[in-house]
Amino acid sequence: MSDLLTFYNGSALPIGDIPAPGPDQFLQTLGDHLDRGWRVISYFGVPEGDKTALFCLLAARSEGQLGMMQTLATHGHFPSLSRHYPQLQLFEREIAEQCGLVMDDHPWYKPVRFHHAFVPDRDGWGRSSSEQIRVGVMDFYQVAGEEVHEVAVGPVHAGIIEPGHFRFQCHGEQVFHLEISLGYQHRGIEQMLIGGPHPRSLFQMETIAGDTTIGHGQAYCMVMEALAGVRPTAAAQALRGIALELERLANHTGDLGAIAGDVGYLPTASFCGRIRGDFLNMSAVLCGSRFGRGLLCPGGTIFDLDKELRSGLLKSLDTARSELTTAIDLLWSTPSVMGRLEGTGAVPHEFAAELGLVGPAARASGLKRDVRQDFPFGIFRMVHIPVVTGYHGDVCARTVIRWQEAQKSLDFATEQLRQFPGGGHRVAVPAIGANRCAVALTEGWRGEICHVALTDANSRFRRYKITDPSFHNWQGLAMALRGQQISDFPLCNKSFNLSYCGFDL
Amino acid sequence: MFHALIARIKQGHRTMPYPKAPLRMPDRLRGYPDLKPEALSGESAACPFGALSTTDGGCLDLGKCLFCAECPAGPVSFTTDYRLAVTKREHLLVRPGVERHFAAPLPPDLRKLFGRSLKFREVSAGGCNACEADTNVLSTIGWDLGRFGIQFVASPRHADGLWVTGPVTENMRLALLQTYEAIPAPKIVVACGACAINGGPFQDAEAVHNGVDGFLPVDLYIPGCPPHPATILDGLLRILDKLR
Repeated sequence: MSDLLTFYNGSALPIGDIPAPGPDQFLQTLGDHLDRGWRVISYFGVPEGDKTALFCLLAARSEGQLGMMQTLATHGHFPSLSRHYPQLQLFEREIAEQCGLVMDDHPWYKPVRFHHAFVPDRDGWGRSSSEQIRVGVMDFYQVAGEEVHEVAVGPVHAGIIEPGHFRFQCHGEQVFHLEISLGYQHRGIEQMLIGGPHPRSLFQMETIAGDTTIGHGQAYCMVMEALAGVRPTAAAQALRGIALELERLANHTGDLGAIAGDVGYLPTASFCGRIRGDFLNMSAVLCGSRFGRGLLCPGGTIFDLDKELRSGLLKSLDTARSELTTAIDLLWSTPSVMGRLEGTGAVPHEFAAELGLVGPAARASGLKRDVRQDFPFGIFRMVHIPVVTGYHGDVCARTVIRWQEAQKSLDFATEQLRQFPGGGHRVAVPAIGANRCAVALTEGWRGEICHVALTDANSRFRRYKITDPSFHNWQGLAMALRGQQISDFPLCNKSFNLSYCGFDL
Repeated sequence: MFHALIARIKQGHRTMPYPKAPLRMPDRLRGYPDLKPEALSGESAACPFGALSTTDGGCLDLGKCLFCAECPAGPVSFTTDYRLAVTKREHLLVRPGVERHFAAPLPPDLRKLFGRSLKFREVSAGGCNACEADTNVLSTIGWDLGRFGIQFVASPRHADGLWVTGPVTENMRLALLQTYEAIPAPKIVVACGACAINGGPFQDAEAVHNGVDGFLPVDLYIPGCPPHPATILDGLLRILDKLR
């Protein structure tokens, strides 16, 4: 397969080795691979003068292989393939917004995060650089008809949650279409990383999505380690693995409780709200922060994990497992709960595949997709966590998946704590290499996290691309709402529980 | 039904006795800093967020500090004392040997109004969902914020105060200010977390505004990235004069 440079997760390669066909051949190769079941993990632009270098990262269906290619868009325009491959639509819009490269014939050509391009005087929509860009102002998709009405929600929502705008096209209670417009949380993380790594970078990585500190933090550490050519110790890998699964446990528990709350089943809602805190407290035992802040550093972990802490954690895990099991089992034995979960907000298998969904949302629709198994990294190279999949892709499937994954994570964390490897937890990280491309994938609790770094001749970041699982999955939520009652939106939304800031960057 | 009852009995009564009994913090928690004058006198590396200055006897700005596990500037270590919230911005400046500040009670007229029922409308203006999550957790059965008469509400019209998280992104600025406008006076503002106080990890980024301070009068500053729920609750109980 000479059209793509193939490699494994966590590698760094010379940028010059990445095949650089012309735009036509690039698009042909992209289409050919997608037709053969490959999928796009990341697709981004690097604005350079009046040109834009485009990089596309693809994943093979099996064999754990990643493939990369690049091309150069020399005019201000580039053909869009979204009509044929819906999984590309948001990537192409993002390229247009960040690099000012107009995507021709894009069926859904709208801004993503509402900001100016990385380079001045270029804009995908022909706006001048002095023009103020107003968030949420775009042509929303509209359904016409006498009895059709529109419901607009947000950016500020009812609960303590992040902002986003939702536009429903409804007929009575029934939703014809939901359009989601984000960008309110945009902090400009990728812009700030250009010319990095900076002393602030690690802290910004930990807050890309604050509930996924370990997932994103570990991806950043893997990128730095790949660029520097070091490998963390066994103890560091195990500790990172434990922290990642604790993060998954806390969030899955919270989601299970929130789903119960949204169908009005308060026992599980209130039990899980508290048990989630117990898992967060276990992360605080590791590093002092309930969200894992300050645990990771390139080269390993800042903290170690001694025997006393391990036995304390084992005890806490044991208690949490028994309490969580009691709380969750109530869901399955309560018909009024199951009646609300089953058949609600279904995303069929083929939609999920076409949209390129990841994480629990993809697995609930029967897609066997998990970075821990497909592109193993860190501890998951030695220890395999079984991947669980559902079938129906409804709220019920997304709920069951979370519980099954939580159980696997409990098993994994317990096993790792029992046989924790000896040795140091941190190695020195030398200077990073020049003109290299590093790719790191981790499986956060929402799904696949991808970080790609390109360094320049001075070993600084020429570009650092972050793809949060929510970037793939928001469209899945929109599709889940089709034909549903609008009153089921909170439940469907909770069953995805996607990140606003992880998307907005 | 029986399953639910049995589960309820198994789970037990879980609301913590705080503030009557003290809270136990994890050993590695990074709370109030321990500033040693001798460590501050020498040359130290720059804090990436400008939180530490070593001139004039040294000063740590808890509004900018992210309580890093390894202080990049070198000389700061942290205790597990979680009581960090204050009511004045300058009280976040910690100097060795200078008196420590806690959050002060609200003026008597506001305390009379809000003392038994204080409702907040929360707005995340670029928050990463950590401050939001640890604010949310106060309403769970473990902390049971409702027992203090404090509640987070859906509409600004029902609120007595605005609860801000995040560095205030340009894209959320208008929505934040409009939410504040929609809250009937008198009203208070809480800046929860390093971002809302001074921009946090995103300080001086082009797309953000370094917190809410420049826009609205802040009545309670809760430092941390994110603050521990105990830090948040400590601040709330102190402004309502339920804790001294």
